Amino acid sequence: MQLVLEKRAERSKTVALISPLIAIGLTIVTMTILFAVMGKNPILALYVYFIAPLADGYSLQEIAVKATPLVMIAIGLSLCYLANAWNIGAEGQFLMGAVAGSWIAVKTQGIEAGHWVLPAMLLLGAIAGALYALIPAICKVKFGASEILTSLMLVYVADLLLDYLVRGPWRDPQGFNFPTTAEFDPVATVPTLIEGGRLHLGSILALIVVAAGAVLLGKTIKGFEIRVVGAAPRAARFGGFNANQLILLTFAISGALSGLAGIIEVAGPVGHLQPGISPGYGFTAIIVAFLGRLNPVGILIAGLFLALTFIGGEQAQIAMKIPLDVTKVFQGVLLFYVLACDSLILYRFRIIFSAPQVARGTH
Amino acid sequence: MELIEAIILSVLAASTPLLLAATGELVTERSGVLNLGVEGMMIVGAACGFGGAWLTGSIIVGALCGILAGTLMSLLFAGMALGLAVNQVATGLALTIFGTGLSGLIGAGFVGERITPAPHLYIPFITNIPLIGRILFGEDGFVYLSLALIAAVWWFLYRTRAGLIVRACGDNHVSAHALGYPVLRIRMYAVMFGGACAGLAGAYLPLAYTPFFIPGMTAGRGWIALALTVFASWRPGRLVIGAYLFGAVTILQLHAQGAGIGIPSQFMSSLPYLATVIVLVLLSRARTGGSTAPAALGTVFVPDR
Repeated sequence: MQLVLEKRAERSKTVALISPLIAIGLTIVTMTILFAVMGKNPILALYVYFIAPLADGYSLQEIAVKATPLVMIAIGLSLCYLANAWNIGAEGQFLMGAVAGSWIAVKTQGIEAGHWVLPAMLLLGAIAGALYALIPAICKVKFGASEILTSLMLVYVADLLLDYLVRGPWRDPQGFNFPTTAEFDPVATVPTLIEGGRLHLGSILALIVVAAGAVLLGKTIKGFEIRVVGAAPRAARFGGFNANQLILLTFAISGALSGLAGIIEVAGPVGHLQPGISPGYGFTAIIVAFLGRLNPVGILIAGLFLALTFIGGEQAQIAMKIPLDVTKVFQGVLLFYVLACDSLILYRFRIIFSAPQVARGTH
Repeated sequence: MELIEAIILSVLAASTPLLLAATGELVTERSGVLNLGVEGMMIVGAACGFGGAWLTGSIIVGALCGILAGTLMSLLFAGMALGLAVNQVATGLALTIFGTGLSGLIGAGFVGERITPAPHLYIPFITNIPLIGRILFGEDGFVYLSLALIAAVWWFLYRTRAGLIVRACGDNHVSAHALGYPVLRIRMYAVMFGGACAGLAGAYLPLAYTPFFIPGMTAGRGWIALALTVFASWRPGRLVIGAYLFGAVTILQLHAQGAGIGIPSQFMSSLPYLATVIVLVLLSRARTGGSTAPAALGTVFVPDR
């Protein structure tokens, strides 16, 4: 018995639409088995994971709050991946954005600085993220260094820089030696949309980013160039598209969005700079980008779904003592299935029961 | 003098997991497959290796558990990237994300436990020779194993027919296929070897380096191992040099922190990562004349019938 892949004449549109759903279905089956192996009631676990968070208003808001950075980062990553540029250091760009934006908040602490503070923070966060993403992009374009490895290495560097700042120069003097800055001033805080709620302005920004991404990819020449460079590099060369310039551009956009997401997270839900501001948003966003089929609307839906798994994971930990690592396993398994199902779009699977006769003549 | 001896000993210990993981990845990449999941395979190897040793009290059983875990993880990769022709970069990332979570689940049961670390070689009189005695004849078994392994890989790749076929698959899978070699099967074996090595490298950390398991203890070593294969231009000899250089950077920054030279520890800790970036840039720049990477590295191969 042998599995053989046959190339389809053209990409299957039906499969392209249903493949993420098949992937989610298969993931849930796998998780059911995992829960059973762990000795937890699988039905109850699935309920706590996927249904319970949808049932109350607090959790619904929390899903939107968690989806905000995921969607923002994933839109940027999708541009990179479409252009066949592999930015996997979004986590580092997220942290750098958070650090750079926080710099303004820390420096204006307690001086009643006015309403320019928050916009300046968001702008600086985006710029810092873009610059940080341009390091691997320039290393790639100028020197041919693998952007995969350099962008990932810079995640560790950003993490250590943040750690240094909040333990050293920016530490809150009244913070009982905890590694954190003081709470940001109200003018340095992203406003919430509902009084006393968790939903904040960042979620609106994320929706704008989704719309902008859809316009860029669907309606502009640049978006077309990005897709051609990734899908058909030779055709792009004949078309006179500058592949290097597109790598720089997609990395810069992706870094800016990651940085923006970072400073929004710090100035919004967290409220101060501290280590561990991200439960791996930059890496989970990679899954969001693929689950959303590198399509802006798809990414929005995928972002909400993965946010649900974060919330569900937390609730499952509290209610059923299921370790948080299950969420990471879930996300990894999901990415496996998404990629496997994507293969169905390009290939037809056929199982052959007798091994094919290989003609081995004498040359 | 004793300080120098201590530094060299710790450099060797810090380099060994890098060397082991990079050795496996070298073979994988020489067959034309880019497995970015080294970090994931290592951390699962670390969790399973520690678990095995803790349950049985045997370092060898622990090492075997690590090898087995790494191999199983790599089979998952092979099924996806070779069997289903999925993009290798994305699959490797998935393997790392999955492995990070899985190792946490496996390791949850024995965080905080300790084991007796792997014993060091001791030959009466010879190990006691000043300076070189302990460095050459007083290491733990993994150090010798890692050097034997890279020597064996060199011999295999450059002195055997099978090694030549592996390199042929990595440089031109279409030609290798046309000659009748089962490209996908050969690549699967290469990926499995890479997984076994990564699993062993991961297991080395809790079995010999620090005698306990903490989640995320690989701390990017799998990614540095990937960079090492680039550093080495995919050649075994240079891989040894690269691994020991990186081990030295790791240890020297630790000693510099210990000596209290006034630079924040976080900056020193970021040195191995920054060094990786700088080395990648310098080496890629030096090689503008033509790439030394296996020509088919990372490309999907679907045999037509």
